[in-house]
Amino acid sequence: MSGINGSMAHLSDSLFTTAIAVYALAAVGFVAEYAFGRRGRIAATVPAAVPARAMATVGGGSTDFELPPVTPTLPPAEKRSFAERIGKWSLVITVLGVAVHAASIVVRASAVDAVPWSNMYEFASVAGLVGVIAFVAVLWKLPALRHLGGFILLPVIVVMFLAGTVFYSNAEKLVPALQSYWLAIHVTLVSIAEGALMTSAVLTMLYLAKSRYDRRIAAGHSGGRFAVYAAKLPPAATLDKAAYRIVAFSFPLYTVAIICGAIWAEAAWGRYWGWDPKETWAFIVWVVYACYLHARATAGWKGRAAAWVNLAGFGAIIFNFVIVNVVISGLHSYAGLN
Amino acid sequence: MAAQRAKAPLRQFWRTLTSMRTALILLFLLAVAAVPGSILPQRPLNASKTQSYIDDHGAWGTFLDKIGMFDVFGSVWFSAIYLLLFVSLVGCLIPRIRVHARAMVRAPLKAPKNLDRLPESAAYETGHTPDQVAAEVKAALGPRWRKITREEGGAIAISAEKGYSRETGNLLFHVALLAALILIAVGKTWSYEGQRVVVQGADQGFCNTVSQYDNWRPGRLASEGKVSPAPFCVDSLDNFVATYGSNGAPTQFRADITYRKDVDAAQQKTSITVNHPMRLEGDRVYLIGHGFAPELTITMPDGTVRHDVQPFIPTDANTYYSEGAFKEQGKSGANQDVGVSGFFAPTPADDGNGVITSVAPQATNPVLGIMVYKGNLNYTGLPQSVYSLDTTKMTKLGAVNLHAGESKTFDGVTVRFDGWRPWVSLQVSHDPTQGYLLIAAVAMVIGLFGSLAVRRRRVWVRISPSRDGSTVVQVGGLARSDSGNFTTEFAALVERLNERSGRVRDQRFDGAPV
Repeated sequence: MSGINGSMAHLSDSLFTTAIAVYALAAVGFVAEYAFGRRGRIAATVPAAVPARAMATVGGGSTDFELPPVTPTLPPAEKRSFAERIGKWSLVITVLGVAVHAASIVVRASAVDAVPWSNMYEFASVAGLVGVIAFVAVLWKLPALRHLGGFILLPVIVVMFLAGTVFYSNAEKLVPALQSYWLAIHVTLVSIAEGALMTSAVLTMLYLAKSRYDRRIAAGHSGGRFAVYAAKLPPAATLDKAAYRIVAFSFPLYTVAIICGAIWAEAAWGRYWGWDPKETWAFIVWVVYACYLHARATAGWKGRAAAWVNLAGFGAIIFNFVIVNVVISGLHSYAGLN
Repeated sequence: MAAQRAKAPLRQFWRTLTSMRTALILLFLLAVAAVPGSILPQRPLNASKTQSYIDDHGAWGTFLDKIGMFDVFGSVWFSAIYLLLFVSLVGCLIPRIRVHARAMVRAPLKAPKNLDRLPESAAYETGHTPDQVAAEVKAALGPRWRKITREEGGAIAISAEKGYSRETGNLLFHVALLAALILIAVGKTWSYEGQRVVVQGADQGFCNTVSQYDNWRPGRLASEGKVSPAPFCVDSLDNFVATYGSNGAPTQFRADITYRKDVDAAQQKTSITVNHPMRLEGDRVYLIGHGFAPELTITMPDGTVRHDVQPFIPTDANTYYSEGAFKEQGKSGANQDVGVSGFFAPTPADDGNGVITSVAPQATNPVLGIMVYKGNLNYTGLPQSVYSLDTTKMTKLGAVNLHAGESKTFDGVTVRFDGWRPWVSLQVSHDPTQGYLLIAAVAMVIGLFGSLAVRRRRVWVRISPSRDGSTVVQVGGLARSDSGNFTTEFAALVERLNERSGRVRDQRFDGAPV
């Protein structure tokens, strides 16, 4: 471990493990809010009861994310607020987890004296952090989605667990090809874009579940085996819109990330594009998300079809991260697995 | 008649090709078609790996080769998909540019009859006169909205529109994308790539001409000799530095070289490292590899003494165990050529069976293991690899492992291992369009941000006098495409209008006060 601060690297690992535990606690809280809270059922049933004037001046359409005003027909307030209190505390715990997680990354950075995202473990850690931050940022605008926290935190916990076990590599100094400020720019952008796209994919899955439930109900069937859970999801349109917004935010970032990668490749490998497996899959991911953006604007593709394209895009990201790093060898072989 | 009938299916074809649905399917196909390019070995990236894959898979390998699976990104079908996409894009963009240009100069649309049928609407009553309210509405909208006032019988209607840069950005992105594709194609045609091994020391340099490269990969026009390489010369590798961490991973590679900008220019010195190529006259010189070049003193059968240094090729990327050959021509036809083939182990280790391997990439008391041959080196007269011997017409004299300074005599031939020098592999790359391509890429990003962050929205205000002498103000709003938080924006706008024009009370659209 030449030039590596061993005790710092160790501290970083401990903080990382702590962050997983804190997220897990928050996830349990969110799941409890989801299971025992009434938020979803209210959102699904109440709009019809809202006075017409409120709709005309403020609500206007189906796109309003705020909950409708509380009406006297709702159950007693203290029962509702218990689940809600758990949800609020879970959010606080999540933010605490973000702080611990971020500290783990900062400490690792000081241990290796470089941006700490040069191998799979480090990248997965950063992408997971961004995924959680993206969700917290979404809550800023759409607080009604808070009880979905568990759905976001569970995949993040899985990714971090895999990162800490299967993909783990010791803190090391950078090889010459990675000694460039483009490492900080290129990989940061990729991890922000992909972390956010993970959150988008989770919201898209929930959208598919909810819209399936809606269709079954509309066709006069029962809601299906998971109806109790589907009923509590926010309106399908809200989920779809949130998922889209995240892609609209991430896609330009991902584009910039690819361009920065090309600029770096020109300096490091002698060409800006060479169809290296990682480059090829970055291209595939980019094209699939471009398909998603176009599909949302094309008659016959809006809604569920576009949602599946979004999931295909995230599938390509997973392939690019796991299969291309572990199975296919190429110039981007920095996984740190041997 | 016949010509017209022939035109109809053509027009239909064009319409289908330029439709969004077709573009979407082509985009999908492009993504799917790229997949085998990452899974199967690709000839332009790794020719030997590709060949061994084909050999291992028999008829299946040959079949895949026939349909271009080992050069996906140069294959006919991949080109066909992106060319169709290209045409489809052009066909889609031209009318959209026309429509957008017209929209940019035209006044916002007339107000619809029933503003309350729009997704966003509000109405209120005020004591100000209609003309006053019209001025107040325009002030409340501010300069960012494009607006026009129209007389409608007794009423005043204001149409306002905002967010034109969404479509501008969208079109900019797609036009820049087209430009980027063209620039890539042009760049490829005019480009070239040459590689050359340079051993440290004098008389090992090269100039930037085709004949002096070990490996030369030209674009089409460059291969026809229509691209003249920049006239610089790399005169010598003065020093090569490789440092390693304790885990054996490299931490630095640096080549210090002497070069001239052109044949008649003064010599200059510079360093090339992995992320910092030398940039000269539009060409770039990269450090792409390095290795060891053993130096031998060979006493030939006729007693003449040869000094030679030959780069050996690393066969193990981690330990730099390398292989190579020396070829010393004797008198022609005398079967007195001497050939030496062997390995160079930078940090040698005995594997226990007397076989020497290398355990680290640094030279630490290295071992040169050689086999010495005598005979006819090149009986065919054809060009040969410099890194291996054709021993068909040669007799083996013996084998030995030498440390630096040691020598061995075999049957009238003496070989002395004098030492070693580093060598570097330099790549010269030329692509005249990559600077412009970067500009196109930046334009794409700017366009993308515009098209995804800006929302096109319209607002109409109808101001009409009511029978009791007050003024009724009706406001309607519509967000085209993604509505975003237009609801909030509209509510804020109505709030501003209320403040400025002195709302007395809200009103329903049927005229009855609330």
